[in-house]
Amino acid sequence: MASKVIQAFYNDDDVLMHAVKKVKAAKHHIEEVYCPFPVHGLDKAMGLAPTRIAITSFMYGCLGLIVAIVMMNYIMISDWPQDIGGKPSFTYLQNMPAFVPIMFELTVFFAAHLMVITFYLRSKLWPFKKAENPDVRTTDDHFIMEIEVHGNEAALKELLQDTGAVEINISEKSSH
Amino acid sequence: MASHYEAPIRKPLVLGDKGYHDVTVDIAAPVEGRANKQWWIVFTIAFVAFLWGVGCIIYTISTGIGTWGLNKTVGWAWDITNFVWWVGIGHAGTLISAVLLLFRQKWRMAINRSAEAMTIFSVIQAGLFPIIHMGRPWLGYWVLPIPNQFGSLWVNFNSPLLWDVFAISTYLSVSLVFWWTGLLPDFAMIRDRAVKPFQKKIYSLVSFGWSGRAKDWQRFEEVSLVLAGLATPLVLSVHTIVSFDFATSVIPGWHTTIFPPYFVAGAIFSGFAMVNTLLIIARKVCHLEAYITVQHIELMNIVIMITGSIVGCAYITELFMAWYSGVEYEQYAFLNRATGPYWWAYWAMMTCNVFSPQFMWFKKLRTSIVFSFLISIVVNIGMWFERFVIIVTSLHRDYLPSSWTMFSPTFVDIGIFIGTIGFFFTLFLLYARTFPIIAQAEVKSILKSSGERYKKLREAGKPLYQINKTTAPVNTVVEDAPAPSADTDAQVSTLLDTLGTFDPGTDTADDLKRVKGIGPLMEKTLNGIGIFTFAQVGRMTAKEYDLLDSITGSFPGRAQRDDWAGQARTLNNNE
Repeated sequence: MASKVIQAFYNDDDVLMHAVKKVKAAKHHIEEVYCPFPVHGLDKAMGLAPTRIAITSFMYGCLGLIVAIVMMNYIMISDWPQDIGGKPSFTYLQNMPAFVPIMFELTVFFAAHLMVITFYLRSKLWPFKKAENPDVRTTDDHFIMEIEVHGNEAALKELLQDTGAVEINISEKSSH
Repeated sequence: MASHYEAPIRKPLVLGDKGYHDVTVDIAAPVEGRANKQWWIVFTIAFVAFLWGVGCIIYTISTGIGTWGLNKTVGWAWDITNFVWWVGIGHAGTLISAVLLLFRQKWRMAINRSAEAMTIFSVIQAGLFPIIHMGRPWLGYWVLPIPNQFGSLWVNFNSPLLWDVFAISTYLSVSLVFWWTGLLPDFAMIRDRAVKPFQKKIYSLVSFGWSGRAKDWQRFEEVSLVLAGLATPLVLSVHTIVSFDFATSVIPGWHTTIFPPYFVAGAIFSGFAMVNTLLIIARKVCHLEAYITVQHIELMNIVIMITGSIVGCAYITELFMAWYSGVEYEQYAFLNRATGPYWWAYWAMMTCNVFSPQFMWFKKLRTSIVFSFLISIVVNIGMWFERFVIIVTSLHRDYLPSSWTMFSPTFVDIGIFIGTIGFFFTLFLLYARTFPIIAQAEVKSILKSSGERYKKLREAGKPLYQINKTTAPVNTVVEDAPAPSADTDAQVSTLLDTLGTFDPGTDTADDLKRVKGIGPLMEKTLNGIGIFTFAQVGRMTAKEYDLLDSITGSFPGRAQRDDWAGQARTLNNNE
């Protein structure tokens, strides 16, 4: 199925923010905004839901802690208890002080790596992934707002020109 | 909206009349340009040193640890000294990018990329030493928690040396992903500027297809913040655990509880000094004086001064505790350090680490680039001596005076150390030629608040931007999208005949996602067909569902099962 989108180019983040607000106020659905750097407040202005990636990190951290505890309990307490330097392996709880560093490290290891992997997968970032920014200038100094066109091309065009777009593209593209 | 206000008293962090595009050009320039002669000279020296180190490592491994200067009294010397020294240097990167991020220090942005690169490269050097010291590095995997081949005899989780394995590998890998994630937008910038196909390919590969969508940036910022929150305790834990290697033993001079904070402060101290060494050169060679300003160097110097003073306090506390403890072995260890045969190492440490940073109290000196560079070298020499003093002077006169001895390094000890310095600089020089050495996306995000151009505009009372109604050129680009078949077109018009068409002029679109069963993708599809409102969906019957299924071809029967029409009617009545 083909859809028609209008792409408005901006060269300033503040102008972009005003434009996003204006377009939202006119009840158009903003398909996407491509930015060369993080514009603070843009996600809120666009109406994007807050990201839950920090919550996943917390859960991964809990998982890492559990893995550390289960692993060391099995290795040091149940499978092959040893008396090292006059410090026998009694129970996990009694020997825990020596296990704190590894418990901490594995918590951080899991929380950090699995969160980053989640981020890469959710944002479709991996080696050999083709970039999808519509114009190379969006990694330099241009911002692109993409709005789908539903027979309201002329009105949209005028609205976008009002907001200070420096360039407007209308393109047919196949939706993915 | 994000306010770009910053107190006028703050000096600009980006000098000169720079806009967003200027930042791009300046930071891409060292990558896009060709290496000059100086670069090749320095690279050759570093690479030769690296090769020498490789030769010494091969000799060590093929002949044995006996090629080092170790003896039965001093069983740990240069290897562990170098290890701790390199790990310590590796602390500044994460400290700058994580701790300064949590404190929202904008000046970190010009230096965090290189500081993190330095972290990763120096932790690699550090990791080499324990692996070589194993003697049989091909059995290095024995430090992993895997049972041995004779039965389930595992690694010893009570040992601080094993904690080190976990701490350093976690630190190295987390620093690496933190660094790489931050690099994605900057690699993308270089990718989009690349003209040669090979460069384009490489930077496409390493930028992981970064496109800079609003959602990506939202996640990017959250990920950076959480990683900073995780990396901060991590970086403190790493050197704490390194200090446990000593503190948990019963050697006088090592068995002290002050070691963790003292080691961490020392690590930050030496790391910041190394950052200063590298960046003072890099800003000159890569012409980045507008981004890495004298103010940056001054702030680094202040951190060096403070951490140097903390280290000085720790030295004095150690002496006091040795005296106050009343333990004569402890007292002798420190007396021997300061006045014994290694007095010169002790006083080199004291001079370089405690005395020399005190010059930074003077504004003239801490804003002098030459002086800062000099002090940064002095500090790193001092920090190497600190580790040497702690390790060798505590060991060389043990409990049995008949085994008292001295340590003298062999050419292999020296060669491996020089080799790691060569390896470190080889990596850093390659990095400086191929990576965007300043986090340009982040710098752009503070340009309006901290850039000189915008500060001047604000001072003059001029607006930072203007919204002009433009007569922007309208280009129509037709991508080779598959043309909708006439068949589908006919179906769509039949469908819309019964559901009613959507007129954006008078109607407002509803959030169709509120209907259970319609996700963002389906909403898009429906919008594409021309269905925007609950009223339209509410008019659907079995016939329309079938038509819809044949148009979209996705989830046949789904709409009927979830009763979209019923749900939509309820939602429409509630509006």
